[in-house]
Amino acid sequence: MSSQTDYPLIFERSQPGRRGVSLPASDVPRKRVADLLPSQALRDKPPALPEVSEVDVIRHYTGLSRRNHGVDNGFYPLGSCTMKYNPKINEDMASLPGFTGLHPYTPEELSQGALKLMYELEQYLSEIAGVARTTLQPAAGAHGELTGMLIVKAYHRHKGQDRRQVIVPDSAHGTNPASAAMCGFDVVTVKSDATGGVDLEELRRLVGPNTAALMLTNPSTLGLFEKNIAEIARIVHDAGGLLYYDGANANAICGISRPGDMGFDIVHFNLHKTFSTPHGGGGPGAGSVGVSADLVPFLPRPLISFDGNRYGLDYSGPLSIGRVRTFYANFGVLVKAYTYIRMLGPDGLVRMSKDAVLNANYVMNGLRPYYHIPYPGLCQHEFVASAVQQKKHGVRALDVAKRLLDFGTHPPTIYFPLIVEEALMIEPTETESKETLDRFISVMAEIAREAELEPEKVQNAPYTTPVGRLDETRAARHPDLAWRSVRKEEDG
Amino acid sequence: MIPNDLRYSREHEWARVEGNRVTVGITDFAQHELGDVVFVELPHPGDEVKAGQPMATVESVKSVSDVFAPVSGKVVAVNDVLVNEPEKVNDAPYSDGWMVVIEMSNPAELGDLLDADAYGKLVEEGGH
Repeated sequence: MSSQTDYPLIFERSQPGRRGVSLPASDVPRKRVADLLPSQALRDKPPALPEVSEVDVIRHYTGLSRRNHGVDNGFYPLGSCTMKYNPKINEDMASLPGFTGLHPYTPEELSQGALKLMYELEQYLSEIAGVARTTLQPAAGAHGELTGMLIVKAYHRHKGQDRRQVIVPDSAHGTNPASAAMCGFDVVTVKSDATGGVDLEELRRLVGPNTAALMLTNPSTLGLFEKNIAEIARIVHDAGGLLYYDGANANAICGISRPGDMGFDIVHFNLHKTFSTPHGGGGPGAGSVGVSADLVPFLPRPLISFDGNRYGLDYSGPLSIGRVRTFYANFGVLVKAYTYIRMLGPDGLVRMSKDAVLNANYVMNGLRPYYHIPYPGLCQHEFVASAVQQKKHGVRALDVAKRLLDFGTHPPTIYFPLIVEEALMIEPTETESKETLDRFISVMAEIAREAELEPEKVQNAPYTTPVGRLDETRAARHPDLAWRSVRKEEDG
Repeated sequence: MIPNDLRYSREHEWARVEGNRVTVGITDFAQHELGDVVFVELPHPGDEVKAGQPMATVESVKSVSDVFAPVSGKVVAVNDVLVNEPEKVNDAPYSDGWMVVIEMSNPAELGDLLDADAYGKLVEEGGH
C-alpha cells in the first residue's frame, strides 16, 4: 500500500460515542422525529457519521492541508491561472459580521451597504474593462463565457439573425469552444501565425454572414499581446460579428489598456485571478461580465441600481437573458475583490500589472540558457517555454513538472497551449520577490542539468512528496472512486 | 511506422480504402504525440460526416483532441471496443485501434489525402 492510502479518512478515526460538539438546550418544545416524519422516511439505524472530538477534526484536516501545496506554502507559477498571493485583509473584510450575517432575502432598505459595495465594484470593473455595464452574477470564468455567449445569441436573435459560428484561435483555452458549443454554436478554429498572433488572412477567409462572435484572450495564452487587435476587431465587426474578451490574462493589462478600447463588445474578468480572490480549492470563483452600451439590454438581471440616494435591485429588462445565478452571486468573493481594488487603488493596479509583466520577463530571460523559448521578444504576464531540448534525453515537460515538486515549487501549466510542443507555461505573478524568482530559475537550471546527466532522476520524480509518481493513465482509464470501506462491503 | 497501403490527412488520420468504404484511425505519429489515450468518443452509425470536420474525440493524459473525417459520407461502423479499451489506439493504431468506417459520398475527396511518402515528409517537418 502506498502512503496515499495510509492517511485515514475522518470516518476511520471514528470511535463510538465520541462527540466534538455540545448543542445548546432547545428553546422550542422537543418532539420525536417519528411524530414529524412518515415511517417510510425514517432510517432503521443511524447514519454512519464520524464520531470524533474537536481535536481529532482539527488534526485530521490540518494534516491533510500539510500534504497539499498552496500559494501560502510556496511559489505557484501555474500559467494562465494567476495564482497570486491573496492578501489576508480580503478575508478580514469578507468576515465582517455585517456581511456574514446578511441573508439574501434581507430587504433592500436593510442591505444598502452590500448593494453599495456591489454597485461600486461593478463601476470599478466597468472602468477597468472599458465597458458600459457589468454583471457580477457569473460564478466562474467559464460561467462568464457561457453568459457572454448567451448574450451574443440574444443580440443576434433580436436583430433577426441566426448566426451559428463562433471563431476561436488554436491557442484558446478549452473552455472557449466548450462554452460556445454549450450555447449551440458551431466552433471554428482560426490558426495562429508564426508570431503567435491570430492569422489575419485566415480570419478574413473565415468570417461571414454566419459569424456570431470571435472569442479572444489578450494577451494570448502564449503570453503575447495581440498587436493586430484593432484590425481583428474591424474584420469581425465588418462581418457583423461580436468580439468576446476572455479575461484569463487580464493581470497583464490593468490600468494600461482596456479591452473595450481594443474593440471588444463583451469582457469577462476572473476575480479569482486578477483580483486576488481564492482560486481553485480555496474558494468559489467569480467571473464578472461587462458589455458595451449596445448590449446592456441583454445583460442578466437584476442589475444594481442607484438613484443618487438609495441602492436597489433593477429587474427591468425585457431583452435580458435572465438570471444566470441564484441570488447575487458569490457575494463574499465580491467583497474580497472590492477590498483588493480599494487597497491598491488606480496607481496600485497599474503597478500590479507592470510588476507581473516584469517578473515574467525576468524569469523568461533567466531560463533562456536552459530551455527553448519558442516565441521571441518580450512577453506579457506569462510566457511559454518548451522542454524539447530535454526531450532528446527522454525527459518530458511532465517530468520537469514532477521534479519541481521536490524543490517545494508548484509546477507550471504543462502541455498547454496545444500549439507548443512540450509546453511549460509559466506565470510568476507580481507578488513574488526577486529572491523567489532567482531560486526558481536556479532550480529549473538544476533540473535541466539533471535531464542531461541523470535523466532517470527526473523521470522518476517526485521523491519528497507524500505521494510519489502516480500512474495517471491507469487513474484515467480505470478510475476507482469508491471509499474503501464501501469497496470492502461490496467485496463482501 | 507509416504503412504504404494507406492514405493520410494533414491532421494525422489514416484511411484504408476498400471499394466505397474507408476505415479511419489516427496514425502512429498522432498516438505518440498524444501520449496514453484514456478516452475515445465516437460518432454513431448512421451519422453523416464531412471531410475536414471533427467526427470523434480522443482524450489523452495530456490533452483532448478532435479526430477529423478524412472524407465525407455516412458512418457505417464504429469500433466500440475502444470505449472500454482506449489503449488499443496506442498499442495498435493501424489495426485494432481503428475508429470508424465511412461510406463515401464523394470518392474524389480521396485525391486530397496524402500518400505514405508525402505524409512521411509532413511528419519529418514537425507534423504541422
